[in-house]
Amino acid sequence: MNPFDYARAAGAAAAVTQVAASPRAKFLAGGTTLIDLMKLHVETPDTLVDIGRLPLDKVEAVAGGGLAVGANVRNSDLAYHDAVLARFPVLSEALLSGASPQLRNAATVGGNLLQRTRCPYFRDGVSPCNKRAPGSGCAALGGHNRGNAVLGGSESCIATSASDMCVAMAVLNVTIKTQGPKGERAIPFADFYLVPGETPERETVLDHGELIVGVEWPALPAGAKSHYLKVRDRASYQFALASAAVVLEVAGGVVTTARVALGGVATKPWRVPDAEKLLVGRKPTAEAFAAAAEVATKGAVPRTFNGFKVALVRRVIVRALETVAAG
Amino acid sequence: MPPDPDPDRRDFIQGVAAGGLGVALLSTAGPGVAAADPPTGPGRAIPVQLTVNGQDHALTLDPRISLLDALREVLHLTGTKKGCDHGQCGACTVLVDGRRVNACLTLAASVAGSPVRTVEGLATGDDLHPLQAAFIKHDAFQCGYCTPGQLCSAVGLLKEAHATTDDEVREQMSGNLCRCGAYPNVVAAVQEVRLAARDAR
Amino acid sequence: MTPAVGKPLDRVDGRQKVTGTARFAAEYDLPGLAHGVIVTSTVAKGRVTAFDTAAAERAPGVLAVVTPKNAPKLRPTEPFGSSETKPVAGTTTAPVLQSDQVFWYGQPIAVVVAGTLDQAKYAAHLVRVTYDAKPAELTLDSKGRVFVPDKVQQEEPEITIGDAEGALTAAAVKMDHTYTTPQHNHNAIEPHATVAAWDGGKLTVYDTTQFVFGVRYDLATRFGLKLDDVRVLAPFVGGGFGGKGGAWPQAFLAATAAKVVGRPVKLVLGRDQVYACVGGRTPTRQRVALGADAGGKLTTLIHTGRTSTSTTNTFTEQFNFPARHLYASPNIHLAQELIELDVCPPTFMRGPGECPGTFALESGMDELAVALKLDPVELRLRNDPDKDPTRGTPFSLRKYKEALKLGAEKFGWARRTPEPGSMKDGRLLVGLGVASAFYPVYRMPSSARVEVTAAGTALVQCGCQEMGMGTATAQAQIAADLLGLPVDRVKFELGDTALPFAMVAGGSSQTISVAAAVTAAVAALKTALLALAEKADGSPLKGLKAADVAFRDGGLARADDPKAGESFGAILARAGRKAVDAKAEVKPGDEAKKLSMQSYGAQFCEVRVDPDFGTVRIKRFVGAFDVGRVINAKTARSQFIGGITMGLGMALLEETHRDPRTGRLVNADLAEYMVPVHADVPALEAYWVGDPDPHTPMGAHGIGEIGITGVAAAVANAVYHATGKRIRDLPITPERLMSAARESPR
Repeated sequence: MNPFDYARAAGAAAAVTQVAASPRAKFLAGGTTLIDLMKLHVETPDTLVDIGRLPLDKVEAVAGGGLAVGANVRNSDLAYHDAVLARFPVLSEALLSGASPQLRNAATVGGNLLQRTRCPYFRDGVSPCNKRAPGSGCAALGGHNRGNAVLGGSESCIATSASDMCVAMAVLNVTIKTQGPKGERAIPFADFYLVPGETPERETVLDHGELIVGVEWPALPAGAKSHYLKVRDRASYQFALASAAVVLEVAGGVVTTARVALGGVATKPWRVPDAEKLLVGRKPTAEAFAAAAEVATKGAVPRTFNGFKVALVRRVIVRALETVAAG
Repeated sequence: MPPDPDPDRRDFIQGVAAGGLGVALLSTAGPGVAAADPPTGPGRAIPVQLTVNGQDHALTLDPRISLLDALREVLHLTGTKKGCDHGQCGACTVLVDGRRVNACLTLAASVAGSPVRTVEGLATGDDLHPLQAAFIKHDAFQCGYCTPGQLCSAVGLLKEAHATTDDEVREQMSGNLCRCGAYPNVVAAVQEVRLAARDAR
Repeated sequence: MTPAVGKPLDRVDGRQKVTGTARFAAEYDLPGLAHGVIVTSTVAKGRVTAFDTAAAERAPGVLAVVTPKNAPKLRPTEPFGSSETKPVAGTTTAPVLQSDQVFWYGQPIAVVVAGTLDQAKYAAHLVRVTYDAKPAELTLDSKGRVFVPDKVQQEEPEITIGDAEGALTAAAVKMDHTYTTPQHNHNAIEPHATVAAWDGGKLTVYDTTQFVFGVRYDLATRFGLKLDDVRVLAPFVGGGFGGKGGAWPQAFLAATAAKVVGRPVKLVLGRDQVYACVGGRTPTRQRVALGADAGGKLTTLIHTGRTSTSTTNTFTEQFNFPARHLYASPNIHLAQELIELDVCPPTFMRGPGECPGTFALESGMDELAVALKLDPVELRLRNDPDKDPTRGTPFSLRKYKEALKLGAEKFGWARRTPEPGSMKDGRLLVGLGVASAFYPVYRMPSSARVEVTAAGTALVQCGCQEMGMGTATAQAQIAADLLGLPVDRVKFELGDTALPFAMVAGGSSQTISVAAAVTAAVAALKTALLALAEKADGSPLKGLKAADVAFRDGGLARADDPKAGESFGAILARAGRKAVDAKAEVKPGDEAKKLSMQSYGAQFCEVRVDPDFGTVRIKRFVGAFDVGRVINAKTARSQFIGGITMGLGMALLEETHRDPRTGRLVNADLAEYMVPVHADVPALEAYWVGDPDPHTPMGAHGIGEIGITGVAAAVANAVYHATGKRIRDLPITPERLMSAARESPR
């Protein structure tokens, strides 16, 4: 790690001021991404403002049955929260499928929203990587790209979004609350992440010094069921090869609400609105699910070693939908 | 004669560390040695109060130092192991505020004020923690290198109380790699202790 | 007193390991200790044209930046296995820190030394290197030099009996396929680490090694020191699996750095550096072709292929060794070639050769059984030879059929319905597979010292290794029985070149090699003790010869009258001694030349396959082994299930990916190189036949490696049974299963 100054934040506003004041300053929360990448010299902040003890640690009900969750709520605490277990199983399942108990005890909601890619060429510190060193090229395009994205990529970057939690949050219609140098914002989840395009170093719409203070989402439709399904080589402690978060409401024998988001295959948590539209109004049959899965992967660009993910994620979508439809 | 790694020295170093020198080792130039400039710019050492296994240590630390390196290199509590230094093996698992975390991805400075419990703090005097005794009985280790992490993780698992079946224990212990392949024996040991505690209640 | 040997005793070092007091190499703190961090090359071949070390040297806390420019001159080392008489352990002929040449991506090229680890790591990152890079050969199919090695582990590289190809053409039933296994890395959880300290011209190192005497020899050679001026200690080693069998660079780099800065230096490889500069298991490409008559008797056996080595070592992964001994066949052809690549020198990894070799051979046997429409257990039973198939020598012990039957019974093989895809568990496909396990019996020279005290305790010493096998426990059990003492009165010390000589803890050879030395030392001790008593008036032992007395209950007694004896205390007190000791040095005899000495086993696997996702999960695994007498039933079981676990990783998860464009290892960490985690491993079962081998010390065989052999084939065969899909390239990944076609039996 390069040398840096460490300070504990006195409060959210003070933290924002401290980080905003220095272009190389960063917020430190659970540290599971940032410290890892600092050891790899991929992240090189000169100042860390530790927000880990700010009291952004509440899970609170909001009117209408939604939840408001502080940015510092640990992944494990959120996963086992009664309201999440009871009403938003997709989120609990996604959180518990990620990393390990130790990492989930440290990782925070705010931090996980900003979890960075596992692309090996990003992490290695030396290979061409437009995300790490803009303009240097992308070693993954012609390299070992089994873990890379088939959706949302560009010729500049095919780095996969690594988070499981974010895939679930994509179908919960989460709003991300921030506090920054320019004031407070509420950013719809769908607007939060950027696809790489020609600027893969920009991953979100956050400004420098803008702090995520929490997330909030509304209740699911009354009859909706939700589920997260993740496929990987190892039975645990591995990032997704392909995953799907689904919300499905069936009334009168037809789908009335459908939300599907994909993980492990795309450059950001990947909602598939065309697939969702296709499902609404149709009977929840295997044929409908397969058709939706087909639409969900339209435009997928397979690379040398990740082509199987296109078929795999379709099957994951179908299985996830079948599971909630049967449940 | 080899330099004697006298166990008493550990206390001496700890004493020095507690006295505030911490990692600020003085550089003595040897042959071919570059003179070290005084630190400039970011990275000034900061006071950090660590509470490990009930003992307070007033240290002055490089902000970069991980909890893992602070335990091993400054406090010479080498029971906690470094396997990957990136949160990928679990050998460094310790309990902070009673919760299991990877000490390698935790800055020492960020746990100041929180109690840290390591493998050295599991036994009570000569009485082993029930998990330690069960690990020996079930041969839940071979080389012993991942063992402190497995033990601290298992302590955390039992406290969290989310695992009942063997499969749940396996899932909840999956953050701790064991290359010798003692997994089935770890599960047996954890289950024995979990069931004994349940029966005792 | 019942014998200790065979009992499931707890490990004698268990308490140290569960309390964190077992100290590993990096955990020795010495006054003035500095930290060394290596810098590695970022090209696969060429030379360094310039080091810019200015920024690193200016960085806070830096004591030295050691490059070929300012490194002390070292002498070349001798390659592992190149001498029958000296404990040579060199792993690479690359003149690391002695020249500007680069032989592989990740080769150490500089060492930065600083007061703290964080300072050293940061400064190492500041070293700027420019290269003159040359094109590198990096794959089995590249233009590297292809050759046949002179010898493969002292055996002929090629064996031809009869006309194997002709018999294949003529065979009633046959199979002929190519199998591949990728590079694997050991991934001991303890990274390679050394603490090195100089005291004048004497060097002491704490090193993670399976071979303290090999590291001592290597360091003495490099630094031009007498052997007695180098001491290497490794009382605990955090897993080795072959990856710490040779002298890898961390030891001499730490010693070099310590010499430069005049302080003790600790040098621990980062996990990525363990991958980069400690060799792994070479990839293999193997052809197995088998022919049989209609009755399922083999008529031909062909096992050939290619493995890689490096430009700075010659390492042969002896994949066709199992085929030399497992099955009877009138026609046999076994051959192997190497390709020289610009890669980190490959090395032994648990069951070298036998492990990838059994994947191919035992997959082939399964394919033949399918072609024959014969149960694969029955096929193996029908081809059990009555003498060694390639040497013609008798077996010292062969209970292979017994192991196969034992495993089949414990596993419940009879419930298997033969048709692929015929067994289901809801949506999941169920598969049951079997494969043979095989590993040779190796024995090496060893020595030991035994001391008994007036208090009735014994100290047994040998500079051998503990890296999880339970060495001290097993040897204490052996010594306790020999000395007539309870195990808790016997202490066994190891892992130090100040102790009697031992060879590498490798080739599953240590237990019997050291047991032979302990046995000889105890015999010598009997003579030494008797010498104190045989002329003493009043001693019941007076006038007796060694053959007439035996150790019994903490003393010596007449062999024909256990009551006529006296305790160690009594003998020593009369002689005015506190203790008496004896040493012995033993070499193996010629039994391995006269006999075929091998261990066998059978691996049984039950899988669940998700037909949509191609994911394979292990439901059940049973290994049954023919390994002679088992010394400690508890630690032996652990060794077996540990080997099986690593084999499950090989089957389903493990592969080291090298970017063919650069030579860089892409997944050099424990998140992307996947070893099995808890959730991948169900309860595993291990059984053994237990008949002692009349030709080995204690009647035992080594057991550290046989557990991994055959596992990958058992899994692949179970996957075939579940899905009808034959995966011949490891690992068995979702994409391979998704894209493979169902094969219908011919």
